[in-house]
Amino acid sequence: MTDNRRLRTRWWGAQPIGGLFALPYFVFVLAIFAYPLGFAIYIAFHDYFFTAPGAEVERPFVGFDNFVTVLTDQRVLDAFRNTLVFLVINVPLTAVLALVLAAALNTGIRWVSAYRVAFYVPYLTASVSLVGVWMLLFSGNGLINTILGPLAPDPSWLVNSGLAMPMIALYVTWKQLGFYILLYLAALQNVPKELYESAETDGAGALSRFWNVTVPGVRSATTLVLILSIITGANLFTEPYLLTNGGGPDGASTTPVLLIYQLGIQQQNPDTAAAIGMILVILVGLLSLLANRATRER
Amino acid sequence: MKKIRAAAVIGAVALVATGCSAGGGDAPGGAEGKGPIKVWLSNNEQEVAWGQAVVDAWNKEHPDEKVTAQEIPAGSSSEEAITAAITAGTAPCLVYNVAPAAVSGWVKQGGLVNLSTIDGGSDYITERGGDVDAYATDGDFYQLPWKSNPVMVMYNKTLFQAAGLDPENPQMNTYDAFLEGARAIVASGVQSAIWPAPTSEFYQPWFDFYPLYLAETDGTMLVEDGKATFDSDEGREVAEFWKTIYDEKLAPNEASTDDAMSAGTTAMQLAGPWAIPSYAETVDVGFMPVPTSDGRENPTTFADSKSVSMFTACENQGTAWEFLKFSTDEDNDGHLLELTGQMPMRTDLAGTYPDYFEANPNYVAFAEQVEATADVPSIPNSVEAWQAFRDGYSSAVIFGKTSIDDFLSSTAKKIDELVVE
Repeated sequence: MTDNRRLRTRWWGAQPIGGLFALPYFVFVLAIFAYPLGFAIYIAFHDYFFTAPGAEVERPFVGFDNFVTVLTDQRVLDAFRNTLVFLVINVPLTAVLALVLAAALNTGIRWVSAYRVAFYVPYLTASVSLVGVWMLLFSGNGLINTILGPLAPDPSWLVNSGLAMPMIALYVTWKQLGFYILLYLAALQNVPKELYESAETDGAGALSRFWNVTVPGVRSATTLVLILSIITGANLFTEPYLLTNGGGPDGASTTPVLLIYQLGIQQQNPDTAAAIGMILVILVGLLSLLANRATRER
Repeated sequence: MKKIRAAAVIGAVALVATGCSAGGGDAPGGAEGKGPIKVWLSNNEQEVAWGQAVVDAWNKEHPDEKVTAQEIPAGSSSEEAITAAITAGTAPCLVYNVAPAAVSGWVKQGGLVNLSTIDGGSDYITERGGDVDAYATDGDFYQLPWKSNPVMVMYNKTLFQAAGLDPENPQMNTYDAFLEGARAIVASGVQSAIWPAPTSEFYQPWFDFYPLYLAETDGTMLVEDGKATFDSDEGREVAEFWKTIYDEKLAPNEASTDDAMSAGTTAMQLAGPWAIPSYAETVDVGFMPVPTSDGRENPTTFADSKSVSMFTACENQGTAWEFLKFSTDEDNDGHLLELTGQMPMRTDLAGTYPDYFEANPNYVAFAEQVEATADVPSIPNSVEAWQAFRDGYSSAVIFGKTSIDDFLSSTAKKIDELVVE
């Protein structure tokens, strides 16, 4: 007995070999996540640019200068506003649609597997190929406008500053749906059948059962879905870049990550890019915290 | 138990050891070093063929100084691949696809070798290229201006004929004539008259605004003597011209989902001689100079040139310099011309290779144009400046959200601040 306690209180634990085996992954996490994150924070507070190894340059500490530059740039503010528009449309739509579809799939309808595959395929397909299809549908001379004829919006969907970001939000919702449906399907398996039966005996209709049994029953999955879709939405790059020619009509679908790419990689200003990145991380953290609070058990 | 534990410890340590490879780049090499070198070529099929032939010829004569050629690693643009390579210390000795606009950024990074410090460096560059001072950074050459693709208006002869325009001599050198021709093309059923990419990359102005601006001002670059030049009557005229094209829907403000010229959804495109072999099989193309407001003779256009630079990561810079001179001598420049149709930037092109131009009359227009080209200005923060220009142009001209006067004055101010450094 005393031996065991003594073993456990050693600082390297009872089985140091475990630590040794975990070491490679730990090194990986340090190298790929922790070090670049720390370095990015360092870059954001200095006048920094990348140089060839061996080149000697000055990299003075500039305090909050980069942040001030970034927050007074209209393009950056527009990008954050665009992200907000995206999140307001995408996140609730994703959560609601995914839950409704998962509940529908769970009722034991025919061809369940076919539906599941149909929902999951867009999630698996690379955005680059799907975007081609959407552009064929929604471009100025695409299928949708040809069908709508005179009802087609002018300017067309993807070059309309009011419609560009909502279109991207719809596209991403559709694309990601499969993954969230699977999450909800798994969570739904854990809702006890007795609850449904007792609700039915109490005279609750299908809608009432859904609202009072299903929704509270998958609360933890809802938190996960909200947080994941907020994080994915805030880091959006591929879709605006491909669907709206990198920024859309007068920056109407520019996202912060697109600006980070332009500033950090194309224009060799990693200091301002890192500043945008840090602001983005803080905002996403705050939003995720809010989402967590909102779905907490009361 | 003890044996198993010992084996486990050895296994774990081995895993950790292989996981942590000893890093450390090599220190930048010597300027006199001779030995094997690596060079990068662009992804253009014909250029790769040319490059491989030059490398093979060199390797036969220099078995101790072998050259290995490869295409630039894939990336959204070659500039990004090269910037990443400089930062990582893995850049090759020479890159045969250096965009002059990116040079100032790479010099700042400490990635390029100053060719003027090499014995006879500046002389070789100016003897071959003539008046190339515009390509110097802070008075020294960090690039050798290699080849140019003068931008002209490529047009589809079949679609022009169908629209009632003369396919051999369209007479569209003034803005008015050009607009009339464009209207006729769209009226005849083609989706668009011309389709420059309306996307927001920093280099897009080089294929819509800039060639016409150079023509209108007879060669004034975007920035000269540290000041933006386009907030002027000429800048306004060019911007108004393009705005008319977008307003009248003669060009779409959405990117094409495929190659518009091959698909027949446009009748014109701004392009260089690289387009001739590209469209040889699919479209019957002709070329005319870019329009100006008054239709003057021999308008200046954008050179769309590419240079060759040597990188500080190179260990054997002596060999690299010798190979650079070899690949840009009269013979190999001639081979470049034959294989790719792109114009080497050397003086008196038509005189040096008369046989080629006799055999290929559709390149003659470009050879004549080569004498009247101008390039991007060598300024600090070049990419940022062009991005700022593109953002303003996009807002005012392509999408009509701001007025042209606002765009010209505010963008000029922004660029003035950027290039002051």
